[in-house]
Amino acid sequence: MRDFYGVTLETPLMLGTAQYPSPAVLEAAFCQSGASVATVSLRREGGQGQGFWKIIKGLDVHVLPNTAGCHSAREAITTARMARELFETNWIKLEVIGHADTLQPDPFGLLEATEALVADGFEVFPYTTEDQVLAGRLLEAGAKVLMPWGAPIGSGLGLNNRYGLKTLRAAFPDVPMVIDAGLGLPSHAADALEMGFDAVLLNTAVAQAGDPAAMARAFALAVQAGVLANTADPMAPRDMATPSTPVIGKAWL
Amino acid sequence: MADVSIIGAGVAGLCAAYALSKAGLTPRLIDRKGAPGPHGCSWWAGGMLAPFCEGAVAEPAIVAHGQAAAAFWAEVTQVAHRGSLVVALQRDQGELERFARRTSGHRMTDDLATLEPDLTQHRSALFFETEAHLDPRRALADLVHVLAERGIEIEQAETTPEDIVGPVIDARGMASALPDLRGVRGEMVVLRASDITLSRPVRLLHPRHPLYIVPRPGGVFMLGATQLESSDRRGISARAVLELLSAAYALDPRFAEAELLETGADLRPAFPDNVPRVTVRGRVLHLNGLFRHGYLMAPALAAQAVAYLTKGIKGDLLHET
Repeated sequence: MRDFYGVTLETPLMLGTAQYPSPAVLEAAFCQSGASVATVSLRREGGQGQGFWKIIKGLDVHVLPNTAGCHSAREAITTARMARELFETNWIKLEVIGHADTLQPDPFGLLEATEALVADGFEVFPYTTEDQVLAGRLLEAGAKVLMPWGAPIGSGLGLNNRYGLKTLRAAFPDVPMVIDAGLGLPSHAADALEMGFDAVLLNTAVAQAGDPAAMARAFALAVQAGVLANTADPMAPRDMATPSTPVIGKAWL
Repeated sequence: MADVSIIGAGVAGLCAAYALSKAGLTPRLIDRKGAPGPHGCSWWAGGMLAPFCEGAVAEPAIVAHGQAAAAFWAEVTQVAHRGSLVVALQRDQGELERFARRTSGHRMTDDLATLEPDLTQHRSALFFETEAHLDPRRALADLVHVLAERGIEIEQAETTPEDIVGPVIDARGMASALPDLRGVRGEMVVLRASDITLSRPVRLLHPRHPLYIVPRPGGVFMLGATQLESSDRRGISARAVLELLSAAYALDPRFAEAELLETGADLRPAFPDNVPRVTVRGRVLHLNGLFRHGYLMAPALAAQAVAYLTKGIKGDLLHET
């Protein structure tokens, strides 16, 4: 698997830590998911959340702090700096929200914040759309990983624009890319990895499932299937039916 | 001479004192601030006795034990046995179906107008008929009064279990600093809306801003409650006020004209599974981790502490270290 700022992950799964019924359920879900990375939100759960932070540390996975809920570059930059101090990592999942209802990224604020944070020594994971031009600009600004969305955050819709995502993957074949947000089902995760994306990041799909640990296990199996399928060189879809058993030589009865 | 000393006169300590007294023991009740008040998180509760609703996310122990809470409280204070309602906005009807799948003890009603004539914006709801609610501050005062009648007064003193000889129940919440105990911040708003009448708690399911509204006497409503993994003890945030009021407005636009009476923020002590525990450490029993289930679970926690002290029975909420 491709590395993320020098770190090779054991599994292509990143899992969020919000919205679980309890920390005990969160821990069980992480266990079952085999996730390599835990994302944590500073704005609402950091600061005074030492009790919760102790639990996250106990998961023994890489921690990726995020700037969830930030609506401007300036706000995101400040949050990123606080996160670096608190979580002692240069990694930052950069979210600059452009619209309160759809939670879609603000491309202009995202680029501005990426430039500033890279200059400040951060290793930025920008949460972006499938827009190829923006992706190029983010890479120029110094991001070495991209996190294109599957669908709006928390929507569970899966890969909304498969054509756009496919084009993005093809345009930057060497850039590590994580499909982030909008995944609702394990099949969505498998889909992303079959298409050649390097990892997936999800939260709500597991945390809000009736049985989060079981759903986490389902995602663990799905990402495994996705990676295997991708490396196995999938067949191309065809318009015409092709019998898989040749007719010639079949006994005439 | 007291048989058991209880430190902490919040909902856990008071329920333990009452249960011990009923079992024929003489408890001594000590609190650093004296009678219950804004200094304790029991003051900021919603007062819903809704074990089935809680079952949507809580462990089965909460649903099982919580069902006995209403009967316990009815002995000492006024309990409204009116059930509770769960509604969702039109675009979130899927949330209502999911909530129904994950809970029991309810029925779907399409005739909400008969149950709550003021909820005209919503047609269908989940009705949890056997649930109840109470006014937490009144319940605390009534319980203090009942204890006084039984000869148990709250002594105001700063003390720790180490300072006391004999069996101790430590019900100090966050102050007891047990390992694995964390604070979960909650924020609430109290309004007066005299033109709105609700006779039972209403929960609004919302993907981002879930809300519950608990009616109190005199046209007063408690709106709760946020749930943040943070030990921040400062006052309510502007964001929380916005979210709670917006959700209330979505439920009934007349809440926009309500009088804002009070806001509050405090920490709920919780263990990793969010289930309360009786933790036994030698002669000290810790009653803690009531999370958002203080009034719902304190009676069960007190009962298990008493069963252990008097008969050595180890209930499912009991943890030995």
